[in-house]
Amino acid sequence: MYQEIILDHYRSPHGAGLREPFDAESFQINPTCGDEITLRVKLDGDTVSDVSYETLGCSISQASASVLTDLVVGRSVEESMRVLTAFQEMAQGRGQVEPDEDVLGDGVAFAGVARYPARVKCALLGWMAFKDAVVRAPAADEKEHIDG
Amino acid sequence: MTALVEAPDVTAIRGDFPILSRTVRGGRPLVYLDSGATSQRPRQVLDAERSFLEQHNAAVHRGAHQLAEEATDAYESARARIAAFVGADPGEVVFVKNATEGVNLVAYAMSNAGVRTGLGPESERFALGPGDEIVITELEHHANLVPWQELCRRTGATLRWYSVTPDGRVDLDSIELSERTKLVAFAHQSNVLGTVLPVAELVRRAKAVGALTLLDACQSVPHMPVHFGNLGVDFAVFSGHKMLGPSGVGVLYGRAELLDAMPPFLTGGSMIELVRLEGSTYAPPPQRFEAGVPMTSQAVGLGAAVDYLTGIGMDVVHAQEARLTEATLAGLAGIPGVRVVGPTTMVDRGGAVAFVVEGVHAHDVGQVLDDRGVAVRVGHHCAWPLHRKFGVAATARASFHVYNTLDEVEALVEGVRAAREFFGVS
Repeated sequence: MYQEIILDHYRSPHGAGLREPFDAESFQINPTCGDEITLRVKLDGDTVSDVSYETLGCSISQASASVLTDLVVGRSVEESMRVLTAFQEMAQGRGQVEPDEDVLGDGVAFAGVARYPARVKCALLGWMAFKDAVVRAPAADEKEHIDG
Repeated sequence: MTALVEAPDVTAIRGDFPILSRTVRGGRPLVYLDSGATSQRPRQVLDAERSFLEQHNAAVHRGAHQLAEEATDAYESARARIAAFVGADPGEVVFVKNATEGVNLVAYAMSNAGVRTGLGPESERFALGPGDEIVITELEHHANLVPWQELCRRTGATLRWYSVTPDGRVDLDSIELSERTKLVAFAHQSNVLGTVLPVAELVRRAKAVGALTLLDACQSVPHMPVHFGNLGVDFAVFSGHKMLGPSGVGVLYGRAELLDAMPPFLTGGSMIELVRLEGSTYAPPPQRFEAGVPMTSQAVGLGAAVDYLTGIGMDVVHAQEARLTEATLAGLAGIPGVRVVGPTTMVDRGGAVAFVVEGVHAHDVGQVLDDRGVAVRVGHHCAWPLHRKFGVAATARASFHVYNTLDEVEALVEGVRAAREFFGVS
């Protein structure tokens, strides 16, 4: 399960720390173990321009958040949701889902986690925070409205 | 202390537990160090359940046919043996689903007592309202915390707690009880820290202000000789599955005089005396608190578990677990960066050892151990406030029963070393 890629992300997480400005923030918790993540999203029009986060969690949840920033920053919201769906399908696939490296990049390293049901939530914690934050972010036209 | 009691024949004991001879994770022998969550069951318990179901199964306390008689006898015989095991009279033992249900039973009976319509003066001592207090401790498991939060929400009473010291003891000076304290609820032994609480002193303080006491005995009854009568507590709860018995059965102990006076929680069949459409009267305890057809093979299985433990001797069980705990504390103390959360000596301490490894999250420790066949609990162990108190999100916890060996402790310690190496913190 502990692929070298996962350990690399765990030791040197990408995009870690909470940054401003941001459009929405999500706090997620895993009630079975108490792991936490606070994750912020900055959108530039339809593009995810920044994801920043602070985690209190295991290597899997931290590395997963790190991979998430690699995969979604610079993409459109729609594309990032496609990646999220692919990641979630792999993580919940009990090892039966063949991941697509073109879509998931380093995320394919988490395929092994799918064989440990107790750890799937760890891998998904950051992704659920991202999804929640995107939903909470005001849409581009609303922002203009507020700005105006 | 432990040298006075003979060591059990653990090899023979392990032979009674089929599951302990299985392998996990690619052929590794199972090292089961999670008995604090649930214990394994010996053949004697499994056989008792099967034999009851194959020979005597019927709804208890109903019907007059032979099977109904035999099933009722088996159920009541289990009650009597379990009562003797914990220093109680059979009438003081109420079968419940688990300890959580036992705590809820008392909490809801207390709310019901507050609705005075149709109740006699004897139930008044259970009633509470705004200004009254329920007192717990900061180390309680969620089962002995959330039901009291809810009781306070329903009644307007206030929840207060004794705080925990940095070395994992209850700070008896942290609060004063008052005449408004209606009930003091506390664990006998912490499921995380292993701390054994000063029951006699807590009971003395509660009695001094006229408060009732409830003991969460989930982590004591399975591991040491316990006599509720001598402890002087008013109520106590424990679960079957943590004491080599089945899941789905637990016990609420209540002093006879209190059960006699307490209004019911669940109502329906079995718990009644006389039923008319206009209203009903209720059976004496313990039946008053056992509405509906109860769990039966589970109660019989718990009776067999008590017989099994009695056969070994609870002093022997306790001494064996003390050896294992002492070896675990010593082994973990020899690893840099490992901190035990809870008492680090054997004084007033039982066999649950929670620890953190600096630089390695508890989940990751647990995963490395699991890959080596060593099963421990990771997380907050349903004691989230306690983990916050100690500034940790999660710990790994090893816990024991009489079937564990010093070799298994060694496998744990080696596994923790391996986790540090793997994550590059050694």
